[in-house]
Amino acid sequence: MDSVAHRLSAVGAGAALELRGVTRLFGALAALTDVTMTVRPGERRAVLGSNGAGKTTLFNCITGDFPPSSGTIRFFGEDVTRFPPYERIRRGLRRTYQISALFPGLTVQDNVYLACRGVSRGRFSFLRPGVNDALMHATETLVQAVHLTPVKDQRVAELAHGQQRQLEIALALAGAPRFILFDEPAAGLSPAERLELIEILTSLPAHIGYIIIEHDMDVALRVVESVTMMHNGRVFKEGLPREIESDPEAQELYLGGGHE
Amino acid sequence: MSLTQLHAPATAVERPRFRAWPELNNPAAWLVALILLIMPLIASGFFLIEIFGTTLILGIIALSLMFLAGYGGMVSLMQLTIAGFAGYMVAVFGVSGNANISLGWPWWLATPMALVLATIFGTLGGALAVRTEGIYTIMITLAIGAAFYYFTNQNWAIFNGHTGINTVATPHVLGIDWRSDIPFYYLILAVAALCYFAVQYVSRAPFGLALQGVRDNARRMAALGFNVNAHRVAAYAFASFIAGLGGVLQVWNYRQISPGSVGVERCIDILIIAVVGGITRPIGPFIGALIFVILRTFALDVLIKFGLDGNRFRLLIGLGFLAIVFWSSDGVIGLWERWRRRQARSPSSTAGSRHG
Repeated sequence: MDSVAHRLSAVGAGAALELRGVTRLFGALAALTDVTMTVRPGERRAVLGSNGAGKTTLFNCITGDFPPSSGTIRFFGEDVTRFPPYERIRRGLRRTYQISALFPGLTVQDNVYLACRGVSRGRFSFLRPGVNDALMHATETLVQAVHLTPVKDQRVAELAHGQQRQLEIALALAGAPRFILFDEPAAGLSPAERLELIEILTSLPAHIGYIIIEHDMDVALRVVESVTMMHNGRVFKEGLPREIESDPEAQELYLGGGHE
Repeated sequence: MSLTQLHAPATAVERPRFRAWPELNNPAAWLVALILLIMPLIASGFFLIEIFGTTLILGIIALSLMFLAGYGGMVSLMQLTIAGFAGYMVAVFGVSGNANISLGWPWWLATPMALVLATIFGTLGGALAVRTEGIYTIMITLAIGAAFYYFTNQNWAIFNGHTGINTVATPHVLGIDWRSDIPFYYLILAVAALCYFAVQYVSRAPFGLALQGVRDNARRMAALGFNVNAHRVAAYAFASFIAGLGGVLQVWNYRQISPGSVGVERCIDILIIAVVGGITRPIGPFIGALIFVILRTFALDVLIKFGLDGNRFRLLIGLGFLAIVFWSSDGVIGLWERWRRRQARSPSSTAGSRHG
């Protein structure tokens, strides 16, 4: 994978995601302090840290759900620090939420259709999609990819938890994602569902990079090539999965102590 | 299946049946349509316009609120104000007894002008309202309604103060007086049907679906690439146009308009109509309007028969409103749907699930 990185930098592809001194304050509380991080295109990285380490706030700053108080964020070279979330999404950024953020009043199919429509033109279209609508095909394919075809006409409020998590992932895969932020995708999944999740993550096309926040080490360390450890809103350590696993300080902070 | 196939064109995937109009499969809908069409054979002039015509007009205005509240999660109390604004504009640009105010344009110029201005008015109000959520949206739109009411009361140059504008001319086309009972009934019915089907259609189009997404989870919609506030403002524009259509019919119906027609209590009537009928489906506002008009028209006689003050009809409406909000938060439609579901479940459990 290092050779891939070298080749990419050789053709000048630059970083997929580049954070410089990102700080986020909530009143007097610094949820993030001076976070600097570079992620290559196609790179898959885990962000670890105990509760309150600032992992989800980091995601919120990257997507623009909460803009950073200071610092800059570049997405494929473009400064997106002041962009509203939808502008970042239209540029190929995607995210999932720790607590499923779906549209409970709509069907599975409509949820996925909205995700496909959100990153293409015709968001304001007053015309119902026709039988040959390309986005309807994309919707069907995505629904199938996350194994939800049997329940596609059910309202999301009626789905089981595991199915909602799968739908959560489908929404993030709509269109042509270039980089995805997964916020604890395995939360509340059964062991069998975790295996399915690992399969989905590892079979993503190689050009799609992601950052994953995950408490389950079995999931996290199997699907990433690099790890960032966070503590109290700061980047604490970066390295390969095996380095972090064997690092005594990391063990102390997270793998041993704070882990639920 | 693997996700690497994701961006390949779908081949074996079943064709969607997204465009279908499931409502057309409902025999009850066809029956109601038939009754509405032959209504002039059944009902006299009074019933035709005072009951059914008024019901449909109020239903159109409440439909615009249903669209905003049911699909967009935005409770707007200014929908009657927008309708009233359209009515005033018809009177101001068209022909009326107040020649010093009315510009005397023919109806086919004055009406589109009124609709355009009402849509702009509602869109601007919406642009203010979308900066807020929940109860603050209600407060802002109520404030716009109240401000418009007092403005019409005090402005004599355009709105002719508290006397309003009287003897508003109505269209005569193809030798037909469109304000005579039967043509006017069919005109109202056509506009109401148009609005109903437009709302129904748009609710399944990308714009309407996205609006429901905004209602369910605005933050996630932004994280899917949607400009949430732009969507909300566009919803206000669409709803304002519908409310404007209702307002034009309203002013043709009464042939006059005055501040009393746009008072705050009228704005609240529209909310009551929409909530009593149910804001989950476009048919709800029309059912609510029918209940409201029947109560308003007949409660007086009934109350007097029981030796009570006839003006207490509002008490009946208020009690009905309380009962609905208390027992069925999704209105009469919700009561009906739950009853149907129970009926379908009890005799045969297999047949019910298929029709869903």
